[in-house]
Amino acid sequence: MAVEIDTSAFTEEAYELLSELEDSLLELEERPTDIELISRVFRAMHTIKGSGAMFGFDEVAKFTHEVETVFDMARSGSLPVTKALIDLTLAARDQIRSILDASRGGPPANQDNANRIIAGLRALAPQKGGAAAVESKAAAPKAETDGPHVFRVRFEPRPEIFSSGTNPLLLLNELRDMGQCRVVALTNALPSLEDLDPERCYTQWEIFLTTTQGENAIRDVFIFVEDDCTLNVRLLDRDEAQEDAEPKKLGEILLERGDINEEALGKALTPLGDRLVNAGVVSADKVRAALTEQRVVQEQKQQQSKAAEVDAVVRVPSTKLDKLVNLVGELVTVQARLNQISGRLNNQHLQLVSEEIERLTGELRDNTMSIRMLAIGSTFNKFKRLVRDLSTELGKQIELTTAGADTELDKTVIDQLNDPLVHIIRNSIDHGIEKPDVRALTGKPLVGQIHLSAVHSGTSVLIQVKDDGKGLDPQLLRRKAVEKGLLSPDAVLSDPEAFMLIFGAGFSTAEKITNVSGRGVGMDVVRKSIESLRGTIDVQSQLGIGTTITLKLPLTLAIIEGLLVGVNHDYFVLPLAAVEECVELSPQDIANSHGRRIVNVRGEIVPFIRVRERFAMEGERPVIEQIVIANVDGRRVGFGVDTVVGQHQTVIKNLGDSFQYSDEFSGATILGDGTVALLLDLARMVRYVELQETKETGG
Amino acid sequence: MATSSITETTQFLTFILADEVFAVDIGRVKEVLEYTQLTKVPRTPKFMCGVINLRGSVVPVMDMRLKFNMSQLERTVNTCIIIIEVTVGENKTVLGAMADSVKEVMSLDPDQIDPPPKIGAKLRTDFIRGMGKQGDHFIIILDTDKVFSAEELEQVMDMRNGGMPEAAA
Repeated sequence: MAVEIDTSAFTEEAYELLSELEDSLLELEERPTDIELISRVFRAMHTIKGSGAMFGFDEVAKFTHEVETVFDMARSGSLPVTKALIDLTLAARDQIRSILDASRGGPPANQDNANRIIAGLRALAPQKGGAAAVESKAAAPKAETDGPHVFRVRFEPRPEIFSSGTNPLLLLNELRDMGQCRVVALTNALPSLEDLDPERCYTQWEIFLTTTQGENAIRDVFIFVEDDCTLNVRLLDRDEAQEDAEPKKLGEILLERGDINEEALGKALTPLGDRLVNAGVVSADKVRAALTEQRVVQEQKQQQSKAAEVDAVVRVPSTKLDKLVNLVGELVTVQARLNQISGRLNNQHLQLVSEEIERLTGELRDNTMSIRMLAIGSTFNKFKRLVRDLSTELGKQIELTTAGADTELDKTVIDQLNDPLVHIIRNSIDHGIEKPDVRALTGKPLVGQIHLSAVHSGTSVLIQVKDDGKGLDPQLLRRKAVEKGLLSPDAVLSDPEAFMLIFGAGFSTAEKITNVSGRGVGMDVVRKSIESLRGTIDVQSQLGIGTTITLKLPLTLAIIEGLLVGVNHDYFVLPLAAVEECVELSPQDIANSHGRRIVNVRGEIVPFIRVRERFAMEGERPVIEQIVIANVDGRRVGFGVDTVVGQHQTVIKNLGDSFQYSDEFSGATILGDGTVALLLDLARMVRYVELQETKETGG
Repeated sequence: MATSSITETTQFLTFILADEVFAVDIGRVKEVLEYTQLTKVPRTPKFMCGVINLRGSVVPVMDMRLKFNMSQLERTVNTCIIIIEVTVGENKTVLGAMADSVKEVMSLDPDQIDPPPKIGAKLRTDFIRGMGKQGDHFIIILDTDKVFSAEELEQVMDMRNGGMPEAAA
């Protein structure tokens, strides 16, 4: 059993690393010379290999090792990062994933595929292949520690170095390009001004370089001045044992570097630093250099611990989180009950406690909800790969840009958002963006753009997929819908309504079915999943210019602010975010409207729906009705109820499968007195009433 | 076809609907509640009598009399709601079944159970797992998954678009 848990921890980590690997690879494709990115790719693979071997995933370890070997060459600069390399590495990533899937009971991984990838990777390696492989293997143990290393480079040019035309500063700059660099000039050899010969170099340097490159790369920088200087490159030992130890003491460093001997150090040990200089044991520069070294090593350690802090994220199974949310939900309900009771008893002490609990519950609720909130960025990143692969497959050039990757959304919403977005983006790539030659004819830039963005808007999140493709043709959509029998030939549709046709089941304008799209299934899936998330879809399109699909989703599916209203003895909750105002409807108003369900709000005509009539409820209408005016899909619609009770913290409970067809309710909530109130889905109610009235008036 | 699908001694909870005794597998029964205030869900078939708050979760309740096309009865002090766990599609869900009264928990051996009759039961045969015998009485053992299956709920669908459902009036 314990073993089970361990391997699941590995696979989880591996899946995470794989998605990180994918992101880094895609980024690397844009910036193929970025050393930091190459190292990131390498590190991810290295970790997968290492922990894979540790947990007995030998197949993973073996395969990853092959890929890693090739990438190590890229890391050391002997193999350029090309599209071919990235293609293969991405394929390798997928292969590792399928091996992992297989270990979790998925279909077995294709071994031929693995062999092909490895063969491809080997072919990419430089011709001296064998030697390079050996070299990289030899380098491997050094790489075990991972990440950048700190080197101390002592560069002591001969005074005549200027005569050979060398500028030592250029060399230093070259080192600076290799990584984080700190340079300390040792000026103790500098003579007084009258003795100074400006054509001689008196300065020596000590450089602390934090780099992912090896010692040889550093020596290469000085290759042309080798004979004109003394060069001392040392890897500052930061081995495992020492990681936990304090950074070295100043004295130890000086001692180790041979700048002072032990005796001298012993003399000066009690008063350090300046005292050492005063004692004339070492020059001020040397102390400064040593101090710099101490600082660099310390910073390196700090950064590592910072990285460790980021890693110190607690992984919690989502079921536990769901349970927490449920409990908080119940607490909110109980708190509402307590509030009601304390209000009725009118006991000051009880009220005090009740208010305190109200505050705490509110904070607890907000905190719990924020735990469930995740940035949508991880979902966005998945699409980079999708766009890259699909556009290559279809011979199109497409660039995906994203905005608002840090927009936070409820985890459940994010999980369920993936599929719809995949379908929308696939559609944009397949039907939206034209092939480069067509784009050239219409004067568009050859590279098509798909822009994916997320932004908060009140209690909703707007997710937009915008392409600059050929746009939707309302005429064509109408014709196709009639052809497929989805629309009667004499139906009159506005353009936005025609655009919505693409979300119908079985609807497709594609002349032939490709393996990308054209079956008329995808967009239907989009509509269904967005509706199940209580979201809405909006399509805007201009023929020849592009299409924008906007998904409007609720921030959370668990707790919302609601407006509690009463009809008869039953209660309903309207989402407060949609509510704009409440007005009274007097008998006079009803008489003026001649039986039409229209209310005049400060000169504006607002149609309304009587909840009582809509739901065929019993009981008499009160003399004065309340109309709650809400914004439903951009229009103002009233909802006629008997009483408006007030604001209510609504913990949304699923109504369950038994009511899956009663979709005018998006859920239920439990009131303070323990009874259940239904949560109205305003948009659906309006839509159904419209349908019904169109039928009745014969439209 | 000589035997029913029940092959070992099983405990059942029996309940009464219009003087007839019905039974459900006790393993499926979570608890039995007294009749409480229900919240009606509009535009649902008549046998869906609403939802109740079961310690914080919302549980739908069906009137078994209406479900089996019997006449509706005024609620009495004996009216109760049996909370049953059922599998609808792939999901486990909890439902309430309203009955006239609950009777007892009893064991039945396989040889006390006959397969459901093809005709004459006045009930859809696929709702019945078997007919138990207790003395001279018959006990109708229900297949709860079938009774509360998703297809059964599909009839609700027609009521969605326009038209007042006769059930909600």
